[in-house]
Amino acid sequence: MSEGGLVGSFIVPVHPHTVLVPEQNEGWQRLRNAFDEAAQRIKDSNADLLVIYSTTWPSIIGHQIQADPNPEWVMVDHDFHDLGSIPYSFNIDSEFAHAWDEANKKRGLKSRTINYTGFPIDVGSVVALKLLNPDNVIPAVIVSSNVYANRSETTVLAKSCLDVIKATGRKAVAITAMSLSNRMFTTAIDPKDDKIHSLKDDEWNRKILEFLGEGRLEDVGQLSRTIHKQIRVQKVVAFKPMWWLAGMNENRNNLTGDVLAYEAIHGAGGAVVHLDPTPSGAGDKEYDEDDVEFFSGERNVLDAEGDAPSFDAQIPEAQQTTTSSGPALWEPTTGESSVNSDAAPKPVGMYPHARRVGDLLYLSGVGPRQPGTNAIPGGPICDDQGAPLNYDIKAQTRAVVDNITRILEEAGGSIDDVLDVTSFLVDMDRDFAGYNEVWADTLGKVGPTRTTLAIRALPTPIAVEMKVIARAPKEN
Amino acid sequence: MTQGEIVAGCLAPHPPHLVYAENPPQNEPVAEGGWEQLRWGYERLRESLKDVDYDAIVLLSPHWQTYVGTHFLGLPNFKSLSVDPVFPNLFRYHYDLNIDVELTRNIHDKAAEAGLSVKMMENPDFRVDYGTITTGHMFNPVWDKPLVVVSSNRSRDYYSVEVMQEMMIELGRVTREAILESGKKVVVLASNSLSHRHFTTESEIPEDMSKEHITSHAMHLWDMRMIDYIRSGQAQRILDEMPEFTEQAIAESDGGGLSWLLSTLDTPSYPGILHGYGTIIGTGNAIVEWPERNHKEASQ
Ligand SMILES: [Fe+2]
Repeated sequence: MSEGGLVGSFIVPVHPHTVLVPEQNEGWQRLRNAFDEAAQRIKDSNADLLVIYSTTWPSIIGHQIQADPNPEWVMVDHDFHDLGSIPYSFNIDSEFAHAWDEANKKRGLKSRTINYTGFPIDVGSVVALKLLNPDNVIPAVIVSSNVYANRSETTVLAKSCLDVIKATGRKAVAITAMSLSNRMFTTAIDPKDDKIHSLKDDEWNRKILEFLGEGRLEDVGQLSRTIHKQIRVQKVVAFKPMWWLAGMNENRNNLTGDVLAYEAIHGAGGAVVHLDPTPSGAGDKEYDEDDVEFFSGERNVLDAEGDAPSFDAQIPEAQQTTTSSGPALWEPTTGESSVNSDAAPKPVGMYPHARRVGDLLYLSGVGPRQPGTNAIPGGPICDDQGAPLNYDIKAQTRAVVDNITRILEEAGGSIDDVLDVTSFLVDMDRDFAGYNEVWADTLGKVGPTRTTLAIRALPTPIAVEMKVIARAPKEN
Repeated sequence: MTQGEIVAGCLAPHPPHLVYAENPPQNEPVAEGGWEQLRWGYERLRESLKDVDYDAIVLLSPHWQTYVGTHFLGLPNFKSLSVDPVFPNLFRYHYDLNIDVELTRNIHDKAAEAGLSVKMMENPDFRVDYGTITTGHMFNPVWDKPLVVVSSNRSRDYYSVEVMQEMMIELGRVTREAILESGKKVVVLASNSLSHRHFTTESEIPEDMSKEHITSHAMHLWDMRMIDYIRSGQAQRILDEMPEFTEQAIAESDGGGLSWLLSTLDTPSYPGILHGYGTIIGTGNAIVEWPERNHKEASQ
């Protein structure tokens, strides 16, 4: 069996106009034609599975996956019921649905398959399956969109889907049923007068489609929160389908994109986009967020909006600043041009504290652990069992700067030699402000360039680490 | 013609768990009484209205979500199977309900005259949402009164709580006017929870009541504050604080039901009767009756 994978991805609009009344508006008809073209491309790709992530099927406890092998009913839209009814009878791959459910659980996600007569399949999924799979030849699977899920949860959902696609050798097409800008007119309109709700929405939609046309899917994923704030009715917490689709495409930016149509549907932005996995040689990733493999719980997503209480109160204070847990400590390796210091904490692997190359000194990542005692000023971020502890980011950041100072002084230089710093924080939302404050007091006065990244974890229970390049002291 | 009357207005939430708890034959797990507190609350509400005569129920559910104005069920009968898309394991219900099309039409027309965007829903294949069914069932399990079913216009999502409330107060005003003109006796129901932050995980045992609680202290404080206003007859303060309440408690009043209800009752300054309060997967639910009939007697 050859290894499975994605043979293509499609973004399609959700409203029922393209199924029921495309002839009432030229734009709706162009969208319908684009759907038909997409259906042909799917057929030509010899795909044997359609995976739909629908934004019009919300869930609360994790994600739900449709597993009824032949769901049948008549769909009527909550808003556009006067356009008519859509009877459906779909071909669902329940075996795949169950395998995906299992894979989700293995990656820490809450997940459930559903198989109930009369289950109301959502409008986005109905429209997508009706038009992209008109003869029902290709089996499909549908997943819900969790209202509370943030990026990590949505990304892991894609990874577990890919796990199953690869393991079962499937040739899958990933589909997101979604609007771009989703603001509709709030009153009835004459179909002839349909247009994108505002110029601002239209400009954003065109920007998104410019990226997608260049195959830069991951860039759209990275902009997801910004797009949501700019052109999405704030009904759910994020513009997540692009996270899922980017995850399904292994967070690539060099796909081959083709925008088949872009039109208004009652004011909302509807587009049919084809993303072919063939590398286009276009943009590469400029940056990316935490490439999370396992979902370990929500990160108080509502805190970001300032409308939920802090959970810190429930987290016990650290009882001690030393820690016996964590990886084994190593003696720093010695070799030509390496610089080591007894005044800096021991490495957690086979590497030196620093290395000199020409006029530059490259430091290994420096954390806050104290030389000798291995204590963490400000406290560890979790206990031996991994339960979170309350810690002081400012104390940790100060300790990192002190350790950098010691290593540089050992090499014969000083903190003033620092040229460039890459900082890693395990919790950007919680810690950035405190970290930034200490920075301003210390390295900020020295003036190196700086990049700050959020990452999932560091090898020891610390919240901050810095990677430093410094001017090497003159050799005597 | 005699003047119509609102005999009572009620806050009547719709967690599907309340119906599931009756152990309908399709239930997978067997209910263990976890949701009885709220079911007893509904029992007290039904008992309180047992001797009160009325002709129709007017109900607004936040699970018929419309973005293009406010819609009304506009055919005499709807009969089908309602399956909750969020908790299909808990809620699958065969319904057969009648609509008071005449009263519906009157409210619709008055709303249109007042400049609100409205539409009658006349597609016979339309499935009635589970919020309407749950509240309808818990309030009147025999379904022997015709309903007026009003959709939840999502103007809060499109604009703000303030704009939503302005529109809902206007809709409440015309609803009241149409009821008074109809000569009918009517009960008005707003189908929504108070604080509305759910748990995102579930316990092994479906009704492990050692795990059920409000999601956070802040949600608790908001619910208690609202209940205090309800019990002390300060509906105006509920309306005044609706923006903060809706945003900070992520309250299901975002669907407009509570603002609309209070407006149909002409912003009552008499106390509401709290028949029950309880949490369901972390959300706060109160069952409340504002007996407008008592108010009227008192002022005579
Ligand atoms: Fe609800």
